[in-house]
Amino acid sequence: MYGDTSIQKPIKIAEPTSAEQARLEEIFQQKIDDDIKIEPQEWMPAAYRKTLVRQMSQHAHSEVIGMQPEGNWLTRAPTLRRKVILLAKIQDEGGHGLYIYSAAETLGTSRAEMIEQLQNGKAKYSSIFNYPALTWADMGTIGWLVDGAAITNQVALSRGSYGPYSRAMIRICKEESFHQRQGYELLLTLSKGTKEQKEMLQESVNRFWWPSLMMFGPNDANSPHSAQSMKWKIKKKSNDQLRQEFIDATVPQAEFLGITLPDPDLKWNEERGHYDYGAIDWEEFGNVINGNGPCNKQRIANHIKAHEDGAWVREAAAAYAEKQQKKQVA
Amino acid sequence: MTKQTTEKEWPLWEVFIRSKAGLDHKHCGSVHASDAEIALESARDVYTRRSEGISIWVVPSNAITASKPEDKESLFEPADDKIYRHPTFYDIPKGAGKM
Repeated sequence: MYGDTSIQKPIKIAEPTSAEQARLEEIFQQKIDDDIKIEPQEWMPAAYRKTLVRQMSQHAHSEVIGMQPEGNWLTRAPTLRRKVILLAKIQDEGGHGLYIYSAAETLGTSRAEMIEQLQNGKAKYSSIFNYPALTWADMGTIGWLVDGAAITNQVALSRGSYGPYSRAMIRICKEESFHQRQGYELLLTLSKGTKEQKEMLQESVNRFWWPSLMMFGPNDANSPHSAQSMKWKIKKKSNDQLRQEFIDATVPQAEFLGITLPDPDLKWNEERGHYDYGAIDWEEFGNVINGNGPCNKQRIANHIKAHEDGAWVREAAAAYAEKQQKKQVA
Repeated sequence: MTKQTTEKEWPLWEVFIRSKAGLDHKHCGSVHASDAEIALESARDVYTRRSEGISIWVVPSNAITASKPEDKESLFEPADDKIYRHPTFYDIPKGAGKM
């Protein structure tokens, strides 16, 4: 759902109210069609701006909430090497959230507003982060599958039409390759370990496979406002296209790990040149997105607590800055 | 209104980074910070985790004056038809040597 907001109520596309507006819209669409990026101060349709603000804020929230399942394992990392890797990865995710918040702010929304909407539930974040990280193997699986799915999505988003978002995506994709590789390497280590470690690996992948596929959002047939996003090049590939790309890239990696993926219908289709896969449980997806996943309440409660616990720091820094400014004037 | 929106937001700073000696500082994003010193430190944490830079500028966003997109034609189009400002406009015979 990084690139997909179709689970929420649609954003109304207003008809142009004047000849002047119709002309502006035409120029705007021409730029998009010519692959000219749109920059912050330029004219854009209200619905384009709104769609982007929604998608980017949710993307940023996903990065920030995504720090929680991993933070849970920092103190239990088995070696110092794994611990510094995990720390660096979590710090990246915080950074990625900030790149995207910063890009979203160029559209006229404020940081405070976005955080508020996350905390009051008005804004969503990726459904995947509402699943718990129960075992150490999950640290590998999250890197391999969750970051792998995120990269598939973000590579497409980096070619999107809005300049600041596209630039943030390019930075993020460069950094995120490390996330996926460290995860896969962690799993490879487990795959060569004891019987218990191999079982832990398989069990973790069993839990994360389907939720990872859900990250791409509903099937194209049920993604009604994707068409407009594609026309505006906010979205470059459809949910099902991206999901297929991810599956095709991932199945051979699973084979190399010597594990199975929990889908009896998963098999190579020679004719299509792609893997076929089984039906996704969209009811589960809907439940998790709408607040009833295993960890939704905990994730938001943690975010609110961290935000409130940090309030005194923000206040103190603001007071200090004010005092320094007065000194300078005096 | 909830607490967050009434709380005064830290000002926004634009971040420019020199990636290596000899190159220009280049804009890369923004950070919120209460003062210049914290803006520098945050910019370092957010934008240079992989030795992307050797020097950072932070500038209060509201101190930047930008040209307007609608002035693009009047500002930049006059340069388009002055092709004689480019070296390729001039034919120099090969015999004259490298120039």
